[in-house]
Amino acid sequence: MGKITGSQAIVRCLEEEGVKIIFGYPGGAVLDLFDAIDQSDFVNVLVRHEQGAVHAADGLARVTGEVGVAILTSGPGATNGVTGIATAYMDSIPLVVLTGQVPRPLIGNDAFQEVDIVGITRPCTKHNYLVSELDDLVPVIREAFHIARSGRPGPVLVDLPKDLVASMLTYPEKKPIEMVSYQPTYQPHSRQIAKACKLIMKAKRPVLYVGGGVILSDADKELTELARKLDIPVTMTLMGLGAFPGNHELSMGMLGMHGTYTANMAVSECDLLISVGARFDDRVTGKLDDFATKAKIIHIDIDPTSISKNVKVDIPIVADCKIALTAMNSWFDAESDFSLKEEAARHAPWFKLIREWTEKHPLSYEEAGDIIKPQYVIEQFDRLTGGNAIITTEVGQNQMWAAQFYKFNQPRHFVTSGGLGTMGFGLPAAIGAQMAFPDKTVIDIAGDGSIQMNIQELATAKQYNCPVKIAILNNSYLGMVRQWQELFYDKRYASTTMDVVPDFVDLAKAFGAVGLRATTKDEVIPVIKEALATDNVVVMDFKIEKEEGVYPMVPAGKANTEMLLV
Amino acid sequence: MKHTISVLLQNKPGVLSRVTGLFSGRGFNIESLCVAETLETGTSCLTVVSKGDDAIIEQIMKQLHKLIDVIKVTDITEQEYVEREMVLIRVKAESHTRAEVLRIIDIFRGKVVDVSAKSYAIELTGSASKIKAVIDILRPIGIKEIVRTGIIAMPRASKNK
Ligand SMILES: Cc1ncc(C[n+]2csc(CCOP(=O)(O)OP(=O)(O)O)c2C)c(N)n1
Ligand SMILES: [Mg+2]
Repeated sequence: MGKITGSQAIVRCLEEEGVKIIFGYPGGAVLDLFDAIDQSDFVNVLVRHEQGAVHAADGLARVTGEVGVAILTSGPGATNGVTGIATAYMDSIPLVVLTGQVPRPLIGNDAFQEVDIVGITRPCTKHNYLVSELDDLVPVIREAFHIARSGRPGPVLVDLPKDLVASMLTYPEKKPIEMVSYQPTYQPHSRQIAKACKLIMKAKRPVLYVGGGVILSDADKELTELARKLDIPVTMTLMGLGAFPGNHELSMGMLGMHGTYTANMAVSECDLLISVGARFDDRVTGKLDDFATKAKIIHIDIDPTSISKNVKVDIPIVADCKIALTAMNSWFDAESDFSLKEEAARHAPWFKLIREWTEKHPLSYEEAGDIIKPQYVIEQFDRLTGGNAIITTEVGQNQMWAAQFYKFNQPRHFVTSGGLGTMGFGLPAAIGAQMAFPDKTVIDIAGDGSIQMNIQELATAKQYNCPVKIAILNNSYLGMVRQWQELFYDKRYASTTMDVVPDFVDLAKAFGAVGLRATTKDEVIPVIKEALATDNVVVMDFKIEKEEGVYPMVPAGKANTEMLLV
Repeated sequence: MKHTISVLLQNKPGVLSRVTGLFSGRGFNIESLCVAETLETGTSCLTVVSKGDDAIIEQIMKQLHKLIDVIKVTDITEQEYVEREMVLIRVKAESHTRAEVLRIIDIFRGKVVDVSAKSYAIELTGSASKIKAVIDILRPIGIKEIVRTGIIAMPRASKNK
C-alpha cells in the first residue's frame, strides 16, 4: 500500500470511526488537516469561536449518542476550547477533540502559539494524548474514540504536532483495541442484582432516582419497564430528564435544588432509594446528612468512583445501566413469588401520600395579567411542540424553568450543561443537534445574559442552514444570580444588571435571521407559532417578568425538605 | 490512618502528573511518593503514602484505578507487608562526638558514605519507625542535611508461596 500524509491518515481514521460532521476552526498548526478534510466527504462546520465548536460537537453527541468531533488549532484555539471540554467532561459526553500543536522540535520552546494543552486539559478530559511518534498517530486516534465512547463516556483530546501530521506514513490495518489498563465493567454481579431485587420486593416506599447514566447507556426502555412492572415512582436529575416520560403518572419530575415538592419529599421519606446512573451531586442531595435518611440505597453506576463518594450505599452495583436494568427485569420475570398486584397493593399508602404532596404543592407559578411569565412561555412551547422538540438551554433561571415546565417524553431531547453549568452552551449545542437532525425542531431556551456569551454562533447557524429557534427569556438580569441576591444578600443586585443590551430583534436581522418579540402574554403563542413555522434561524425575545424566581428552591446547604415554595 | 498504596502503571509520558494532579485536584494528601520501572519494560510501580479515613482511602483507590494508564492499585496496608525507606543524613561529627555517631550508626546498621573533618554522611534503610528513631537520636548531635527516598513497600508472601 502506498504512503499517505498524516492528515490523510487522520481523515481516513475519522471515516472509519463513523464520523460525518466535524466542528472546527483553522489556524497555522492545522492547515494540513483542514486541507485534507476539505478534500473528504465530511460536513465541516466552521464555527465563529472554538468554544462553539466543542459545544456543537457536544450537542451532536448528546442527541445522537455518537462521538462528537472538534478540531482546533494550537495555542489560543486550543485554550478557547477548554470550557467546552470541561463542560463535556462534567456531563460524561463522548468527544474527540483534535488540536494542532507546534512542530515537535519546537515543543517546550515557547514557540509561537504553543501551549501545553495536554497539561491544561489533563484534569478535564477522560484521557488525553500528545502524539510524538508517527507510528502512534492512527492507533492513538482509534484509542481516543474507544475511550471516549466506552465505559463512562467522556472527552478525549489528541494533540497533533504539525510536522507529524505533514509526514508520510503507511496506513495501519484496523485491529481490535486491547488495553490492559482500561477495561470498564459492564456486567453486574448477579448476586448483587438478586440482593437488590429482593430488597425492592420488600419495600413499602420505594423511589427510583434516575440520572444521565440511563440516557448515556440508552436504558430508558428498560428503566420504564422496571418502574411499571414494580409500580415505583420515578424522579429524575437534571441530566436524567427524558429517561422516563415526564407526563407518565409515575413521574414525580425533577428532584434537588429546584426539584418538585413531591420528588424532594418522596426522597426524604422513602424506605428504598434505587439510584440508576446518578451521582448524588450536591445540587441533588442538598444537605448530605439529611438526604434519604430513612432509606436503604441501591446504586447502579458504571463508574465505581461515583459509588459511595458522597452517600454511603447499601447495595453497590458497578455495571452498565442498561445491562443491570435488563438483569433486574429478567429476575422479576423469573421470580414466581412476584406479582405487580401485590407490589401495587403494598405501595398504595405510599402513592396516596405522594398524591397528597402533589395536590398540596404542585409545580406552579402566579399569573400576573398581561405580564409574560417565563413558565407560561415554556408551557406553550411544550404544548405547541407536543413535548417532542429537542430543547437545549443556556444556564440560569431559563434552564431551570425549561427543566421544570417542559415535559420531556423521550431521552436525548434535553441538552443542558448540568455539571459545569456553562453559560453560552445552548446556542452552539443547538447547532450541533440541528446538524445531526435537520428535520427536528431544535429550540434553545436562553437567558439575556447567557445568549451574549456565544451569540456569534448565529452566523454559523445561518451559514449551515440550521433553523434553530432561540427563545430568550429576557428578564434584563443575570436572573439566577439576582435571585440569590434577593434571597441571601438583602436585594443588593451587585453586577447582575446589564445597562447595555442589544436589541435582540435587530441583532437577529443583522445575522440574516428572523427576530420576533413578545411583550405581553397574548403575544406569546403567536410568536411561538410563527417561529415554529419559519424555516430560518429565529430569535424570540420574550420580555418576561423581571424579578420572577425559580421555585421550589432548596437554599444551598439546607435539607431538601426545607424548600422555599411559590 | 496512614495507608501505603502501590500502583502499577503504564510508563507513559505525563503519567506521574496524572497521579499527582489527581491528589492535588481532589484534595487528597501525599505523605511520600516513589516511582521507578518494574521488570517489565513499559510498566512502573508507584508507591504512595496517604492519610485519610476509610471513605477517603476508598476514593483514592478508585480514582487511581480510573486513570486510563493505571493497571492495578493495591492498598498494601490491608495485608502483611514490608516497607523500607532510605535516608542520607549528614550529621555533625566533631572530635568529641565522632565516636558516638559511629556507635549509633552501627546499632542501626547504617553506613558512612562520606567523611569530612566536621561531619559524616550516613546511609540508612529501614521501616518508617526505624528511620524516625535514628533521626530522633541524631538530632541533638546536629543533623546538617537530610534526604529521604520516601517509602517503598511490598506485601509479604503468603506462607505456602
Ligand atoms: C460561564 C459562566 N459564567 C458565570 C456563571 C454564573 N451564572 C450562573 S446563572 C447566571 C445568570 C445567567 O443570566 P441569564 O443568562 O440572563 O439567565 P437567567 O438566569 O436570567 O434566566 C450566571 C452569571 C455561569 N454559570 N457560567
Ligand atoms: Mg436573564
